[in-house]
Amino acid sequence: MRILRGLTIRQKLISIGMLSSLTALVAASVAFLAFDAYTFRQRLARRILTEAQITGLNSITPLLFNDAEAATATLGGLRAEPAVVAAFVLPPEGSEPFATYARDRGSAVAPMVPPDAPKEGHLYRSDELLVSEPIRFEGKVIGSLLVRADLGELRDRQRRYAGMVAVILAGSLLLAVVISRFVQKTISRPILHLAETARAVSAHKDYSVRAVAEGKDEIGQLVNTFNEMLDQIAQQNAALEEGRRELEGRVEARTLDLAAANKELEAFSYSVSHDLRAPLRAIDGFSKALLSDYGPQLDERARHYLDRVRAGTQRMSGLIDDLLGLARVSRRELVRQEVDVSEIARRVAAELARHHPERAVRVEIRDGLSADADSHLLTIVFENLMGNAWKFTGKRDDATIEVGHEVDGRGRAFYVRDNGAGFDMAYADKLFGAFQRLHADEDFEGTGIGLATVQRIVSRHGGHIWAEGAVDKGATFYFTLEQSS
Amino acid sequence: MKPSRTILLVEDNRDDVELTIRALKEAKITNAVVVAKNGVEALDYVFGTGTHAGRDPADQPVVVLLDIKLPLLNGIDVLKRMRADERTRRTPVVMLTSSKEQGDVAQTYELGANSYVRKPVDFESFVTAARQLGLYWTVLNEPPVG
Repeated sequence: MRILRGLTIRQKLISIGMLSSLTALVAASVAFLAFDAYTFRQRLARRILTEAQITGLNSITPLLFNDAEAATATLGGLRAEPAVVAAFVLPPEGSEPFATYARDRGSAVAPMVPPDAPKEGHLYRSDELLVSEPIRFEGKVIGSLLVRADLGELRDRQRRYAGMVAVILAGSLLLAVVISRFVQKTISRPILHLAETARAVSAHKDYSVRAVAEGKDEIGQLVNTFNEMLDQIAQQNAALEEGRRELEGRVEARTLDLAAANKELEAFSYSVSHDLRAPLRAIDGFSKALLSDYGPQLDERARHYLDRVRAGTQRMSGLIDDLLGLARVSRRELVRQEVDVSEIARRVAAELARHHPERAVRVEIRDGLSADADSHLLTIVFENLMGNAWKFTGKRDDATIEVGHEVDGRGRAFYVRDNGAGFDMAYADKLFGAFQRLHADEDFEGTGIGLATVQRIVSRHGGHIWAEGAVDKGATFYFTLEQSS
Repeated sequence: MKPSRTILLVEDNRDDVELTIRALKEAKITNAVVVAKNGVEALDYVFGTGTHAGRDPADQPVVVLLDIKLPLLNGIDVLKRMRADERTRRTPVVMLTSSKEQGDVAQTYELGANSYVRKPVDFESFVTAARQLGLYWTVLNEPPVG
């Protein structure tokens, strides 16, 4: 059956037709030949037995008169039966034949009496028939007649029949091929048509094509089911397309909404940065003018109040700056590229040192740190984290800031570590909220927006941020810049 | 004709005008300061049109202090018009910004602003801007040392 697998349906159908005819014909021929051989043998045995009986009766007189010549002459009558090869008249005792007949008298070898001949009746051996007939006179066995016949006639007959069968087989097969070729079309044509249609649908993604059903048989049902499937696919496609269009429309609407909201936010930020600052400038500027122009006329307390007014406006100005920074960080497009993190940290450290020349801070930055990140936003992260570290180590003589990275199974985390004021881990979750502060202004200045900004930047990179620390034992801020797998 | 060496201050906020003039005075800058309250008025001044009809456009201010956020025509529009006109193409313009909004600053530099100063304009930042423009001695009216 494996051979059939590689064939086309057309070839398979023809092969099946031919194979079936061939099998039936061969089986019928073999049965016919076997039956013919069987009946021929039966007939031959009966014929030889009749001959033997007649010859046996004719041999009674020569046996009684012990006349071998007459016996031989009687045996000669068997010549009429060409199947008889040899015949013997045997006395009741002894193995020497009383008279012998041989069909081929010219043969050098005298015919032998087969030692295993039956006493009475017939026996088929591989290539000959032995028939033995007792010769009786007045109820007494006076000898026996043994006839050997060959099966040459059967062989000739079978050879002829085999030739006939071969001719009939060849003719039948030819006929079977011709008929199969016609008949297979009724099966293969709809299947081939279906296959062709399926191929066209698959190649052109055209689900409007339909196969034509030719009959009501299984193939016809298959074609109908196939067409129904195509209907369903076309319907589903239409539904999908409709869904996609609807989604697209919704995305477009959302995008427009978002763009409008962004624009509004932008306008708001712009307004905050320009308009909210204008009155602040006036308060600060005129307080300053008051101090410089009328300072000598004011007493200590009045000057202190004016100082407090100016400090308040400076602080509010800082808050506005930081809030705008936070908004900007959220709006800005993220441009990822390979950045030298060590270099960014070094630049931030140099800037901090430039602004605070009075401080002696040991900064240790691990070399060769790099990341796939937005360089500008990452700079803001380090400005805030290292700026905090700088600020919160302000009360230590041995201030140290360390920048490095740690790699574990989940990925790589950068860290900024200091040995400054630290924080209570109980409030660790409050670190990153806007305006959340864990220190009083008198101890450390700040707006409470820096870490919120850092967290926004980190989460925009798909990373996360966390901190470890203890009061007066320093703090370590860790952050990742890509989604942990 | 001797140039008038005026400073044109384009600013709509009265407080800012007062504080800026005060800062210039404190810095001993004695140039005449002309104030334009919006963009249209500023363009009228530099081109000698409208309310300033008859003024000679050849006599350009020594520097224009131009606020970005202005009524009618904003600072960016004024800058564009000035840079598009041959008479005002080389007039030094210092943008006055009230925030660090980088978009503003980058855009004004692209349009040909010479410098920018963050408000309120104090002596130091104004001097820095003047120095950048090479206007230091012109504006401050002080002879170079040595």
